[in-house]
Amino acid sequence: MSVVVEVMPKPEILDPQGQAVLNALHRLGFTEVLGVRQGKRFELELSGEADPAVLARIEEAAATLLANPVIEEHTVHVGTTVHDVAGHEPAAAGD
Amino acid sequence: MRVGVVTFPGSLDDQDAARAVRYAGAEAVSLWHGEDDLAGVDAVVLPGGFSYGDYLRCGAIARFAPVMRSVVKAARDGMPVLGICNGFQILCEAHLLPGALIRNDVRTFVCRDQALRVENADTAWTSGFEAGQQIVVPLKSGEGGYVAPEATLDALEADGRVVARYAGSNPNGSMRDIAGITSENGRVVGLMPHPEHAIDALTGPGTDGLGFFTSVLASVVSA
Repeated sequence: MSVVVEVMPKPEILDPQGQAVLNALHRLGFTEVLGVRQGKRFELELSGEADPAVLARIEEAAATLLANPVIEEHTVHVGTTVHDVAGHEPAAAGD
Repeated sequence: MRVGVVTFPGSLDDQDAARAVRYAGAEAVSLWHGEDDLAGVDAVVLPGGFSYGDYLRCGAIARFAPVMRSVVKAARDGMPVLGICNGFQILCEAHLLPGALIRNDVRTFVCRDQALRVENADTAWTSGFEAGQQIVVPLKSGEGGYVAPEATLDALEADGRVVARYAGSNPNGSMRDIAGITSENGRVVGLMPHPEHAIDALTGPGTDGLGFFTSVLASVVSA
């Protein structure tokens, strides 16, 4: 079973990497892009099922090591299939 | 007096930090990240560099090195600890100091001789300065932007825990021009610029940085 942890800089925290990517996109003509935030995605391979107790452990791991709660937010979800926030077609990860 | 200098995989400035300790008149003791024995030292320096390649986040993996278990415990018991640059990042990740360091707002690595204003001359590492004194030490970092929630910043200011601020223009977007902060008891100090590179006019912009290392000698001897 796989669990995905996604980590994003908090909205109020400056994201110079995202800003640099945005500037590059604009130079390439992708002017419809208004903003970019850059985060991290961790795919964790687990030995057993992702039951609530296991997910609680992963949550602890995320808050302890994978994300710094001072500057980042994180989400934990089961499986490696990504749904974007607008509910578009899911994209298979790892292709 | 014995001052430990920790070497992590990827530390760069451990030799300069040890040299600064010797210049100040103390014995420098090399400490290894994989050992949890502090060898009976009286104070610890976490030097600059790129511990564990800065993977994940700067300092995030070093924070869990065996030596850090002992450093955190000793710091909570009052041992003076100075984290310089990457060491400052490790202290924040270890929650010995509040806040975090993020990528410079200018998006480039900044390397220059930096003017600082010492705000708090009562810590274990700054007692040899005077409050308001301006000094120059090298700054060399890509992720030196100090950030913390507004309430935390207000509390740091109210308690006099801002140790040093950037004088003149802000080089990296640090909130409230903060270059260094201290713990509640004034024993743990995190500093983004590098005082260990300013201890000899031959090899640095001057000798202003030596005061951090002579200060801790005085603080331990008088404690």
